[in-house]
Amino acid sequence: MRRSMLFLPGNAPNMIINGGTLRADSVILDLEDSVAPGEKDAARILVRNALRTVDFGCETIVRINSLDSEFYEEDLKEIVPCAPGAIMPPKSSRREDILRLDDMIERIEEENYMKKGKIKLIPLIETALGVENAFEIASSCGRVTAIFLGGEDLSADLRCKRTKSGEEILYARERIVCAARAAGVEVYDTPFTDAFDDEGLIADAKLAKSLGFSGKAAVAPRHVYAINEIFSPTKEEIDYAKEVMGVIEEAHRLGKGAASLHGKMIDPPIVERARLVLEAAESAERRGFDE
Amino acid sequence: MGGIIKSASAGTLESSDAFVEIFPAEELSVEISSIVMERFGEAIEKAVREQLSECGVAAARVRVADRGALDCVIKARVETAVRRAEAKE
Amino acid sequence: MSKVVGSLREAISAAGLRDGMTVSFHHHLRSGDYVINMVMNEIAAMGIKNLTVNASSLFDVHAPLAEHIKSGVITKIITDYMSAGLGKYISAGIMEQPVEFMTHGGRPTAIMQGKTPIDVAFVAAPAADGDGNCTGKIGRSACGSLGYAFADAEYAKKTIIITDGLCEKLEEPSIDGKFVDFVVCADEIGDPRGIVSGTTTITRDPVGLIMARDAADVIKYSGLLKEGFSFQTGAGGASLAAAKFLMDIMLEEKIRGSFGLGGITGYMVDMLRAGCFEELRDVQCFDLKAVESIRTDPRHHEIGAFEYASPANGHAWVNSLDAVILGATEIDTDFNVNVHTDSAGIIMGGSGGHSDTAAGAKLAMVIAPLFRARQPIITDRVNCISTPGKDIDVLVTQYGIAVNPKNEELRDRLIRAHMPVVSIEELKAKAESLCGVPKALEHGERVVAKVIGRSGEVQDLIYRKK
Repeated sequence: MRRSMLFLPGNAPNMIINGGTLRADSVILDLEDSVAPGEKDAARILVRNALRTVDFGCETIVRINSLDSEFYEEDLKEIVPCAPGAIMPPKSSRREDILRLDDMIERIEEENYMKKGKIKLIPLIETALGVENAFEIASSCGRVTAIFLGGEDLSADLRCKRTKSGEEILYARERIVCAARAAGVEVYDTPFTDAFDDEGLIADAKLAKSLGFSGKAAVAPRHVYAINEIFSPTKEEIDYAKEVMGVIEEAHRLGKGAASLHGKMIDPPIVERARLVLEAAESAERRGFDE
Repeated sequence: MGGIIKSASAGTLESSDAFVEIFPAEELSVEISSIVMERFGEAIEKAVREQLSECGVAAARVRVADRGALDCVIKARVETAVRRAEAKE
Repeated sequence: MSKVVGSLREAISAAGLRDGMTVSFHHHLRSGDYVINMVMNEIAAMGIKNLTVNASSLFDVHAPLAEHIKSGVITKIITDYMSAGLGKYISAGIMEQPVEFMTHGGRPTAIMQGKTPIDVAFVAAPAADGDGNCTGKIGRSACGSLGYAFADAEYAKKTIIITDGLCEKLEEPSIDGKFVDFVVCADEIGDPRGIVSGTTTITRDPVGLIMARDAADVIKYSGLLKEGFSFQTGAGGASLAAAKFLMDIMLEEKIRGSFGLGGITGYMVDMLRAGCFEELRDVQCFDLKAVESIRTDPRHHEIGAFEYASPANGHAWVNSLDAVILGATEIDTDFNVNVHTDSAGIIMGGSGGHSDTAAGAKLAMVIAPLFRARQPIITDRVNCISTPGKDIDVLVTQYGIAVNPKNEELRDRLIRAHMPVVSIEELKAKAESLCGVPKALEHGERVVAKVIGRSGEVQDLIYRKK
């Protein structure tokens, strides 16, 4: 489960070393925007070494440089053999881009006698074309486990101003949630970029959750707590899910085909939703004494 | 592996990082300064020499200013500096 | 009759200071203090030698004392804390007699019991009247509480007030004029910028915030956070952040505590004003907000070091503490804490109130990152035992929380609350897997400082740096 994905600048040892302790479900070791062009080589080697020697204690994702850059092939060559949990290609705009990447990763896996297909892809969708092709991208290959919306680059591509309230990316948000769900993959929301506006962050994360996002990225470590909390199932959701599962089990035991709860039919989508809530509750660390 | 054909550097003087400089030379020499010299000086030198050997560097003057970097960081900075010093324009 | 004398030299002569005597100082002016250097320079100029300096703390601004040590003016130092500025000279072995480190509670006790008698106490005071009544609450050099100077003023054979704020009769002095023999006016007793910081600020370091949140949660789930809760925290960035998170929890759960103790910062004042505590008990102010509060808020009380932390005082405030948050430069697998020396074994601190509050509080918590730069904080044996492990309940790091096995109940509670509890040995192994094992420190033969425990016994020794 990824409620929060925390970006760590790929050339900053002090951020990377402790990055796994900042309570994010995943860390994104970034080789792209947070690394100056002249330091791409240094960051790549540093991230590779960190992946080899540091136990982050959470999922590791590496954001490589974009497929139209001169860096991404080197990135893959160094990073894939370290078997990060996922690779995040930025500016993903076409299905073919993802297929090409899939091929290249597979070749490196073969060369290194690695299990094929274990490294996932989380395409970063941050162009107008990418938004329009979101379903194609999300369903392009088995490696794609989620798609992720990048609001900053997208608003530049849309030629509009990025705002805190985010009306300008509402369409894109709805579109990529729909595309991801249609393709059966997870979907993550763009980070909130004002590190010190806690209320703004909370509003933005709640909006994302209400639209159907599975989680949200963060560029500021201090945002991780609020994001985890908002994307964890609430007590009410958990209680309801338990009730649903209880009713279903009871119906099965009695050999009944249909079940109802509080006078409402429990149909398969409700059961599936309850199952997901309980699964998420299981993996979300929740502090406090059990009742 | 090519030899060290020019001077190069890598890393920074930020906390938990190391700044590595490498210069062409007749033989191999390593100079280290560190904020944790007394307790980790030997470990740092060992990491630097291991990495140089892994990169096939037999002759160079290497200067490391360490700010408490872990071995994996020191090795990354040495490797980066070596690659930069080997690169033809 | 006015006790004001014309000059510092006149006061020193009149007090009868001679070779071999003991002079004392407090540290309420912290890094801004001019008085210790001013007085010692004058004493040196008068040709008096072989003195013992008993100071509640010594900061970097006092590094010039090294010259007086070399020239034989100062031959012994008793203090509760010594920062690296002077500490590095002591560690290098410039002094023949070892420094005696005491605690904030042990120091006034030893003074009062006559174990460390003071001949002349020099008390820097931001405001004083002609009778010697004085306070730290007002004046250009205002520092708030003068709590560490109470025992000195009361028990010294002669007490000299040094002030840059001579005023009309003070009605509610911190130190009563009846204990004072002479008053000396100085142009400036300190640099206000170094006395109290404008504001003490919460850390922005993400690792510090992680630890602070966990520290607040440890208190939350310890079973102690209920009506009447009492609390102390240091002024370090992560400790302050913990206080802030604790305040949020107390407000959310509508818990009204009894008192906040210790060195007081603006965050403790915020907690008082928000209703988290009924009162503050203040032995020292750290920032301007604390100074303003102790001056104006009747719930904010000044207390002396004996009342605060003396092991001889059953009613000392530390004994009523529920929780205290402390720092550490090193902690070992027996939970002994070092706050005296750095990772190279050089003197850079001292107990202050560390061991007093740890001994008194029901929950003594240490917050420290698992490693600083590359130096792990957990060792097999600390270089110096500042606070014995029996008094420490729990260590909070960014990689997990280790509970002292002596406090099984706390461990069980934290596990039941789904806190990330691990053993201290696991934490040590984690640090060493990342950092490597540091080479053992070698030290010289000579003892340069003795750490005197709360009850007056020699608790540990600090050796000369090789």
